[in-house]
Amino acid sequence: MTTVNSATTTNTVAAVGSSVPLVEVQDLRKNYQLGETEVHALRGVSVRINPGDFVAIMGASGSGKSTFMNILGCLDKPTSGRYLLEGINVAALTKKELARIRNQKIGFVFQGFNLLGRTTALENTELPMLYCRTTKDNRERRAREALAQVGLGDRADHFPSQLSGGQQQRVAVARALVNQPKMLLADEPTGNLDSRTSVEVMEIFQKLNAEGLTIILVTHEPDIAQFAKREIVFRDGQIKRDDVVEIPHVASEVLKTMPRVED
Amino acid sequence: MDFSSAFLLALRALGRNKMRSSLTMLGLIIGVGAVIAVIGIGEGAATKAQEQLAALGSNMLFVGSGSVNRYGLHVGSFQTKTLVLADARAIVRECPSVSAAAPGTGTGQQVVYGNENWATQVTGTEPQYFEVRNWPFASGTSFSGDDVTQASTVAVLGDTVRKYLFGSSNPIGETIRIGTLPFKVVGVLTPKGTSPGSGQDQDDVIIAPLTTVQKKLLGQEWLRWIMVSAVSRQASYVAQQQIESLLRDRHKIRSADPDDFVVRNMADMADAAAEQGTIMTVLLTIVASIALLVGGIGIMNIMLVSVTERTREIGVRMAVGATEEDVRLQFLIEALVLGLIGGTIGIIFGVTSSLAVSQGLGWPIRIPAYAIAVATIFAMAIALFFGFYPARRASQLNPIEALRYE
Repeated sequence: MTTVNSATTTNTVAAVGSSVPLVEVQDLRKNYQLGETEVHALRGVSVRINPGDFVAIMGASGSGKSTFMNILGCLDKPTSGRYLLEGINVAALTKKELARIRNQKIGFVFQGFNLLGRTTALENTELPMLYCRTTKDNRERRAREALAQVGLGDRADHFPSQLSGGQQQRVAVARALVNQPKMLLADEPTGNLDSRTSVEVMEIFQKLNAEGLTIILVTHEPDIAQFAKREIVFRDGQIKRDDVVEIPHVASEVLKTMPRVED
Repeated sequence: MDFSSAFLLALRALGRNKMRSSLTMLGLIIGVGAVIAVIGIGEGAATKAQEQLAALGSNMLFVGSGSVNRYGLHVGSFQTKTLVLADARAIVRECPSVSAAAPGTGTGQQVVYGNENWATQVTGTEPQYFEVRNWPFASGTSFSGDDVTQASTVAVLGDTVRKYLFGSSNPIGETIRIGTLPFKVVGVLTPKGTSPGSGQDQDDVIIAPLTTVQKKLLGQEWLRWIMVSAVSRQASYVAQQQIESLLRDRHKIRSADPDDFVVRNMADMADAAAEQGTIMTVLLTIVASIALLVGGIGIMNIMLVSVTERTREIGVRMAVGATEEDVRLQFLIEALVLGLIGGTIGIIFGVTSSLAVSQGLGWPIRIPAYAIAVATIFAMAIALFFGFYPARRASQLNPIEALRYE
């Protein structure tokens, strides 16, 4: 496993090369009470994810992958088991501390983009910084930087309704990046996009990963999973397979073979 | 999130739905406006009533000849012939709480000057009447005690009578005709306005010596009334008792029989007027408070709709690091901004409508600073109270479900 540290990186990962994994999960279980029946969404999941990794999580719906993502993203708590994020036991934290972790260490990208309507790309990108101490000037500068990183520097003042699906998802990625998180959690980020735009988003992910950002991506499209370095397959609340992708596809190369579509 | 960016955020959120925001505020605008207008008009009316009663003299008592039951027949007020000049003298002499008393009678008469004529009330009294009623002269003087003894045909005009008979010319020294008799005008009174009790024009009057009216216009020896002034306002109740027992004694009324006279106390009337004003203000305040309450419920209603509509937005905010407090604060401030803007417009609306009422109906208006403070605080409190539940509901949302909400 290799980690590239470019000179221009904005996401230098301090833990690179150190022995502490970014995510360490041991025997994670999650049970829901759904009416009379108890649903076992996760039945003992253990996994380590090192800084700089790019993981694709696959699985049918109901396999537990979404529950796993929600716990990784500190939006949900496990019924039992340990979840260490940079060595910190997340299960022991309060709601307020979890909100802080989501704000500082995790960036989310959703299938439905989840941008605020009638709010410019710039302001959407600024959103996470509203919940931590930053000055107005600093907020705007960093949001513009993040938009430039995803190639939307010239669309800062556009509203979501004036942007294509791919552009909206790139704004969402910029929003996820703006607080310089330790990892990016993407839940079916290409689910609402056509194939070329999907690959364009993967190109951005690969670029960010090359700069050192850890990415965990949930998808049910095997093609998309091929852009990652590692593939974990969930089934019935357990990890069925955990493989290294031998030769990951390179998005920028794939794009050259695809017909160009006008936005 | 700091307060100022939360405030800006709220303004933008409300600005996105201007129509809905303004309709939501309408309830508060009407409520606050009503509170301001009610207090303004109420305070103004109370002030005016106080002024009118003070002009009347709050230490004044009115003794009138009463009704009497003769052979089972009730004869109306001012009909008994038992109240006489000697009673007026006795009241001043024997009641220690009384400082002065002016006996009087009156008759409706047609008055003529040149081509002008006017029907008015002619009051016959003594010169102390002007002091008892605290009624200054605009020009000329009162008739004298000698005029009363000699039953001279001299007259003092009320302002309304002067206006109708003389217009802008000077009436002093002119001769007018009352009924069939010529009277010389010696003085004109300052305007006193309408009576707070009956609403009658107090300036529509001619005042002449008691004896002149009794003998030359009425042909009656008895009095219709005696105006009494007590030594102080507090003393007026004691004075009333003293007068009542004195007159019963003088009129030889047996203890079982009713009075053949009436005594009215202006202090009582002042209290009654004040009480009426208070009842009115309380009633209107209740109505205004209900309007405010309805406004508050409107805010809650719209905030709940807004929270439901923005479930995904709340989910996104929580995912990127908003705490429960951040979300609650955001919606509370939105409610507060609604209250603040609605309250401010309501104050403007209330002040303007009060002024319109005062212009249109000629009512006095007094909007005290406390009314504006009370209305503002009330509007904010209502907004906070009714905004709290929706805000709490927003903050309790589960981020996972909120993100999936369609």
